[in-house]
Amino acid sequence: MTPATALQLCLLFGGASLMSIGGGNSVVPEIELQAVGTYHWLTRAQFADLFALAQAAPGPSILIVTLVGYSTAGVLGAVLATVAMVLPAALLVLVFARFWTRVQMSPWRSAFEHGLAPVAVGLIAASGIIVARGADHTLAQYVLTALATAVFCTTKVQPVLVVGLAGLAGWLGLV
Amino acid sequence: MTSRTIQTLSMSETLRVPIWRIALCFNHIALASFGGGLSAWSRQMVVEQQRWMTDEEFLSAMTVCRVLPGANQVNLAVFVGARLRGVPGAIAAIAGLLAAPMLIVLSLGAFYIAHRNDASVQAVLRGMTAAAVALSLSMAYRTGRTCLRSPIAWALFVAALVATALVRLPLLLVLVVLAPPAMWWAWPRRRQAAS
Repeated sequence: MTPATALQLCLLFGGASLMSIGGGNSVVPEIELQAVGTYHWLTRAQFADLFALAQAAPGPSILIVTLVGYSTAGVLGAVLATVAMVLPAALLVLVFARFWTRVQMSPWRSAFEHGLAPVAVGLIAASGIIVARGADHTLAQYVLTALATAVFCTTKVQPVLVVGLAGLAGWLGLV
Repeated sequence: MTSRTIQTLSMSETLRVPIWRIALCFNHIALASFGGGLSAWSRQMVVEQQRWMTDEEFLSAMTVCRVLPGANQVNLAVFVGARLRGVPGAIAAIAGLLAAPMLIVLSLGAFYIAHRNDASVQAVLRGMTAAAVALSLSMAYRTGRTCLRSPIAWALFVAALVATALVRLPLLLVLVVLAPPAMWWAWPRRRQAAS
């Protein structure tokens, strides 16, 4: 890993850490934009593949970052990217946890939480659209996406089960 | 064991929670939640099993972690770890939460990079990607159902969606433009009117 790559990983994911409103999924569009468009670490299709792997794995929603770091600069890149994604947000938690009772009453908190909620929903939906377009979804894939979305929205079935079944459908040549 | 007069841990007792137990607890949460339900498992472990927090404290902590940027579960690990043992506790909690999932995802990644051009791997990923997209869309649906309840909320949602997915603007620009009107719209006015 060159120092330039290390710096780029830190800047991209450190920035993403602070901009991930409403959870880790809202920065997926930004990570795709930078990793594919600005730095050319991956193709759009490869990013879509990594996104699918990260969603299938257990654990919090930031594992896509680990995979982008890994495919860019190996295990060291994976660790650096993950630390860069965790550290800034973690420092904010440490600071705010201390003053939380005071912060809780502040109108700023309420405005931030409720005002940015619709924005975060837009960003999460955008990440789905970007990955679908990046993977050049076929008609059969869109049908499968629609089906799986309906399952996720109406049942409490384990996501990993649906992702596994969808992988099986792919293996059988159905999509 | 000394006799206890209160049920939840007192300050002197929490000081004695060993670092390794914090890491182990969050490792357990990560593995137990395979496939989803991370917050439910966190509550189960932190409140019911370990009794490190009361239910009320836990809910308050969840709110902090949801409001602040960052992955909610990682934030919660930081919060709980720091409450128990300060910064070393926070580091132990993060390490415990992330170590196993990182190993799993890295193995998947290594396999993917070695075999990404195989036809069968491509076929499996075509199916998995379709389902992964569905996960994002359903998450948007679930969170959107509770917060998209007025035309302005819908306008903010559509603006963020179009700007990032179609126009492909950088997130910083999107947030700088949308955050001020969004926060102005959501600013709590009733309290002012009441006072």
